[in-house]
Amino acid sequence: MPNILEVNNLKVYYHTSKGPVKAVEDVSFSLAPGERMGLVGESGSGKSTIALALMKAHKYPASIENGKIMVGKTNLIDLDEEEMRKTRLKEIAMIPQGAMNSLNPVKRIKPQIMDALIDHDLKLSKTEKENFLTKLMESVGLDYSVVNLFPHELSGGMKQRVCIAISISMQPKVIIADEPTSALDVIVQRQVMETLYEVQENLGAACILIGHDMGLMAQFADKIGIMYAGKMVEMGTVLDIFKKPKHPYTRLLIDSLPDTNSKRDLIGIPGIPPSLLNIKEGCSFCLRIGQRTTSKIPWVKVSKNHYYQKCSKCSNYGKSKKRVKG
Amino acid sequence: MSWDYVIKRFLLFLAVIFVAVTINFIIPRLRDTNPIEERLYQLAAQGGVNVSKIKELTAIYEAKYGLDKSIGEQYLNYWNDIFHLDFGWTIADRTPVINEIMRAVPWTIGLLTVATFIAFIVGTIFGALLAWPKTGNFVKYFVPLLMTLSAIPYYLLGIVFIYLFAINWGVLPTAGAFGFGVKPGWTLEMITSVLWHAIMPAASIVLTSIGFWGLGMRGMMITTMGEDYMKFAEYKGLKDRRVFLSYGVRNALLPQVTGLAISLGTILAGSVLVEVIFAYPGLGNLLYRAITSNDYFLLQGIILFIIVSLGFSLFLIDLIYPLVDPRIKLEGGEDG
Repeated sequence: MPNILEVNNLKVYYHTSKGPVKAVEDVSFSLAPGERMGLVGESGSGKSTIALALMKAHKYPASIENGKIMVGKTNLIDLDEEEMRKTRLKEIAMIPQGAMNSLNPVKRIKPQIMDALIDHDLKLSKTEKENFLTKLMESVGLDYSVVNLFPHELSGGMKQRVCIAISISMQPKVIIADEPTSALDVIVQRQVMETLYEVQENLGAACILIGHDMGLMAQFADKIGIMYAGKMVEMGTVLDIFKKPKHPYTRLLIDSLPDTNSKRDLIGIPGIPPSLLNIKEGCSFCLRIGQRTTSKIPWVKVSKNHYYQKCSKCSNYGKSKKRVKG
Repeated sequence: MSWDYVIKRFLLFLAVIFVAVTINFIIPRLRDTNPIEERLYQLAAQGGVNVSKIKELTAIYEAKYGLDKSIGEQYLNYWNDIFHLDFGWTIADRTPVINEIMRAVPWTIGLLTVATFIAFIVGTIFGALLAWPKTGNFVKYFVPLLMTLSAIPYYLLGIVFIYLFAINWGVLPTAGAFGFGVKPGWTLEMITSVLWHAIMPAASIVLTSIGFWGLGMRGMMITTMGEDYMKFAEYKGLKDRRVFLSYGVRNALLPQVTGLAISLGTILAGSVLVEVIFAYPGLGNLLYRAITSNDYFLLQGIILFIIVSLGFSLFLIDLIYPLVDPRIKLEGGEDG
């Protein structure tokens, strides 16, 4: 099946007075319809910037320097503002990060769903509207009566379901979920993720899930992309990433997960990520562990669909389990 | 709307009125001078009154005005009079206070309500546009200039206006609410005359308060722009105008509404200087006259009127606010 989303060499810089902050540097990935990708990385690694760039909702001083974002046959980079506005929700939708405050507090749910449809020139008769809303609410596990409530009358989980419902209301081909469960407790988290999984399966939409929760990723995603310092350092299936991590950062990330089989101290990742301001070419992970960087980092194919950026200096870092506690 | 809430608010309104009336009754009586005696001595100083008989005269007048009765009885009488809308007689012209007030109130309400609403609407729109990133350069540079006017007191601006437009260029009338030769009534001549005379006082209020509304709205709008629902509105692919109006402005407006209510409530009292400068026959001018001529009854009547109107507008806002912001519960619950 042809890919529904293709991102090629995406570069997003924040232009500051001190120089460009290279938040996203040469990131490429592709998704087939129905495919789920997890985007993992620490804060500031560029995950959310990628999401904003895909929606073209990035704000000054951010700018897309280079790259292609192909949704189907359209390159989003080429669209003007009005065309992009119509593309949002119809082709590519984003489930927001802060579900608690993502709904307009002074409007009932129904108009908040309907105004998106109206602005996409979708006209429904009264009965069509009713059917549409009933189905939509049902698909996210909510009762129809919820549409007549105000956001403050809903629980956190219900609000997030409403956000999911709004995001899928125009049946987008790509759904981006930026930490959709960050404000919820684990039980509701699971329920919401199941809902997201279901609606995404039914729509057959490609989905990008952004977050730091490796457990959630392992359950939800087909493949995982590891972001580090604005670059995607490794990309592979869930099994590849968890069983055969190649990049030192991925390896440390996997090692840092708590182990339920043996009692051991929790291990952190040493150092802090480098500043992305005027960052030089080369391996950013070397900067973190205090090594000189080499300039060319080639992509190495491990197996089908499993790639990583191999740095000749640090790729063996942390392979032995004796490490400084973080 | 639940009746519980309305009744609760109304009782609060009544309580405010009760306290206000009581204070209004007590304060003049705290003075150790006797107003009747004072007035009689004043007359005596002009001649024509037998000074030796003043004590007797005072007693006669006190009996006439009911001031010889006990304080409790006077207080009850005061309430009784208020219920009959009887605020006594002005000392200056011996006309009923209520008539004086009623004659002045329409002018004040007319001038200030219109001026306040214009300033509120224009200022709020400008303030919201200033915080909106897609606003054109004209607004971005012109409005802050306009806002500097709010640093000038409105009465000062009024004097400048009189000097420029009325005295120097002679295009607008200096004072009054309508021309001398115009016969009051619903005629075209009267209406244009009234509008013509209202331009300067209204403009001085509007121009100096646009900045107040604008800056308040700008601040609220900036806060609102950072909210998650604004971002989600953009992700939803809504049209800019809808995001601006029904997501941004709609939410940023909430504190402005409270401000509007309070300034509408203080309209009756807040215009003294403008009305005095432009010799506008409104309540502010009347209040000024009452103070300068020691007209106790008039003063008391006006103050009571102002308090009741302020209390009433706050009561109205209490009723309207839950409709504007659904998070405020009509049941009067604490959560919101």
